Amino acid sequence: MEVLVYLVPLALSLGFVGLLGFLWSLKSGQYDDLDGAAWRAITDDEPDEPSAPVQIVQMDQRICGSGRQRGAGEY
Amino acid sequence: MQADIDFSHFLKRAGAGLVQLDLAVEGINCAGCMAKIERNLSSIPDVTSARVNFTENRLALEWKVGGLDPALFVKRLAELGYRAYPFQRDNAETLEAERAQSLLRRLGVAAFAAMNVMMLSIPVWSGNVSDMLPEQRDFFHWLSALIVLPAAAYCAQPFFSSAFAALRARGANMDVPISIGILLALATSVIETIGHAEHAYFDAAIMLIAFLLAGRYLDQNMRRRTRAFASNLAALKAETAAKFISSTEIRTVPVAAIKPGDIVLVRPGECCTVDGNVIEGYSEVDQSLVTGETLPAIAAPGSAVFAGTLVRSGTLRVRAATASDGTLLAEISRLLDHALQARSRYLRLAERASRLYAPIVHTTAFLTMLGWLAFGATFHDSVVTAIAVLIITCPCALGLAIPAVQTVASGALFRSGVLLNAGDAIERIAEVDRVIFDKTGTLTLPELDVANLAAIPDDVIKLAGRLALSSRHPIAAAVVRAAGASEPLADIEEEPGRGVHGCYEGAPVRLGHPSFCGADSLAHEILCRDPEASVVAFSHGDARHVFAIQQRIRPDAAEVVAGLARLGIMVEIVSGDREPAVWRAAETLGIIKWRANVSPMDKVARIEGLTGQGYKVLMVGDGLNDAPALAAAYASMSPVTATHMSQAVADAVFLGQRLGPVITAVRGSRRALRLMRQNLWLAVVYNVLAVPIAIAGLVTPLIAAAAMSGSSILVMLNALRARRSEAA
Repeated sequence: MEVLVYLVPLALSLGFVGLLGFLWSLKSGQYDDLDGAAWRAITDDEPDEPSAPVQIVQMDQRICGSGRQRGAGEY
Repeated sequence: MQADIDFSHFLKRAGAGLVQLDLAVEGINCAGCMAKIERNLSSIPDVTSARVNFTENRLALEWKVGGLDPALFVKRLAELGYRAYPFQRDNAETLEAERAQSLLRRLGVAAFAAMNVMMLSIPVWSGNVSDMLPEQRDFFHWLSALIVLPAAAYCAQPFFSSAFAALRARGANMDVPISIGILLALATSVIETIGHAEHAYFDAAIMLIAFLLAGRYLDQNMRRRTRAFASNLAALKAETAAKFISSTEIRTVPVAAIKPGDIVLVRPGECCTVDGNVIEGYSEVDQSLVTGETLPAIAAPGSAVFAGTLVRSGTLRVRAATASDGTLLAEISRLLDHALQARSRYLRLAERASRLYAPIVHTTAFLTMLGWLAFGATFHDSVVTAIAVLIITCPCALGLAIPAVQTVASGALFRSGVLLNAGDAIERIAEVDRVIFDKTGTLTLPELDVANLAAIPDDVIKLAGRLALSSRHPIAAAVVRAAGASEPLADIEEEPGRGVHGCYEGAPVRLGHPSFCGADSLAHEILCRDPEASVVAFSHGDARHVFAIQQRIRPDAAEVVAGLARLGIMVEIVSGDREPAVWRAAETLGIIKWRANVSPMDKVARIEGLTGQGYKVLMVGDGLNDAPALAAAYASMSPVTATHMSQAVADAVFLGQRLGPVITAVRGSRRALRLMRQNLWLAVVYNVLAVPIAIAGLVTPLIAAAAMSGSSILVMLNALRARRSEAA
């Protein structure tokens, strides 16, 4: 049963680390926009090469399904 | 237009040479929109950050001081296809956001503490039936105390402070039994631990706190979301005013930047966006959105004008006023204060439940203790059993029963176009048995429409529409909408207060006042037939036509009135407009009871009269004159086009052209109230089952924890049934 001397503090400190992680994520505003965060996960990263933007524009148009894409040429 | 607006009012300094601006953006539907906006705006030189908040439909921008004009961002977003406008978080919204943040932090702490304590409790529970040494059990109990006591002291503060406030006001709310339960559970557990006892209730106490905080957070979050949505809507109205920055020079600024005492210029065809007094100029004004009166009035120096007043013929200089100077405004504010005080006395279902609940539970616990003493148990065992009764009945399910339904139901209403302003709106709207409608702007649409389209040839309508594009007058805008015009005619001149004229296919064209087009007799004929209409005349060469312009009744108003009748709700019109106009609307909609020419005070009197007879009245209105009635009624709703003051006091705001959301709100609220009652009964049934076990002294911490989470989950699942947004 001496093992408790290590295991209990270890378990509690892991829990504490988890709590600190939660508090940090809360403070850095990660819970401010939960719907947006869900979408951001599936977007592509910043386009580096000139060829990438074209695909992104197409994706935008497909998802939005609206004709409001006048700014597409801005990329 | 927007490029001229001075947005400096909305800018915030962010230190280190940076400026911040928040924009409300319309039309962000998907990840693509977010990426497009962020990439596009970040590519502007000097912009250091552009971040879309998808939940709130907002964009936060940050850039280096100097160089950039904020109007550029609005323009750039318009090019991308999004309507955007700067906005300022009001105090209430900031406060709600802070509250939600703090509840979430407490919830996190409570949840982590509960998880860790559970890890310590499970060995104790299983050890109690096997071979755990008493020393080991004490060690685990002390560890639990070490985690739970500080966590509870921090997390349960919202309940303690609310209970304390209620007790100090010599009342009781749900938080009083909650606080007593938590404190007793903790105190017993500490004493039991000191006495090397088998059972401690640390896990039950912290779990209770975590469940209750979850309920509170859900409630708060929903309210915050609707508030953010409503303030976006207000911002996107993009109301501006032409403010005098010196005695001769004007600048277009957002309305939020106007302070009392500022002087603004209102030109013909414009809507006044501030409350104030005329200091110079004469004009015919249309106050229908403010007072319900559809006939124009005359504004002269000294007369009061209100936000929402349409200036028709002349230019006015208006000094923005506070409520203390405007007579109608001051009167309405006074009535409002009075009515709101009366409303705050409404007792919510949860409070009524807790008034019954607390004495019953506390008496049961006390009797349990006396009973065990009478049966010869020791004082210590009797007290512990009594406290076990309190712990097992602690209103965990009761605390979740109502917020869970409220959150789910207000989410469903939100999706069908009803935004709830007040926390107890659902309960009150569910109980109404009378609906009073205002006419102008509520039963009718706030925009004007051409009423006699059928009598005018199509090509004339098309041409008139193209001509009307050159005028900013709202009546001309109605002609534009009717014609669906988009190509303005060239070389058109506007004569303020009279109309527009020009040349088309070699013949002069005119649109405006009947005398301006030589169509007086035609206009007279129309006005004789329909005295409620406004007229605008059109001439092309020798041909003359007159458009009758009117506020149309909302497309589904008759259905809604009939639907309310089927629900057993009587409908009535109480309007500030003249008798013939109200009578006509009542007749069209099949409403038997109506009153016309009613002053704001008499509207309140009518509602109080009905209340005196035992009716629960839902007032639906939009004008400034409706605000006191909205506050005095048992429950109230406003269309989103209503004046600021009315929207602020209404329990719910509905979106769109249809009146349908009123009936949706009543149905949805009734269903939600039914579920709340069911949930309360579920909690009662649970108590009836659990309390005998506790009285018998058989409750172990394991049973307490299982019962508590079981009942909470049951109540949550039942609440999810409020999700159906509209019953068939």
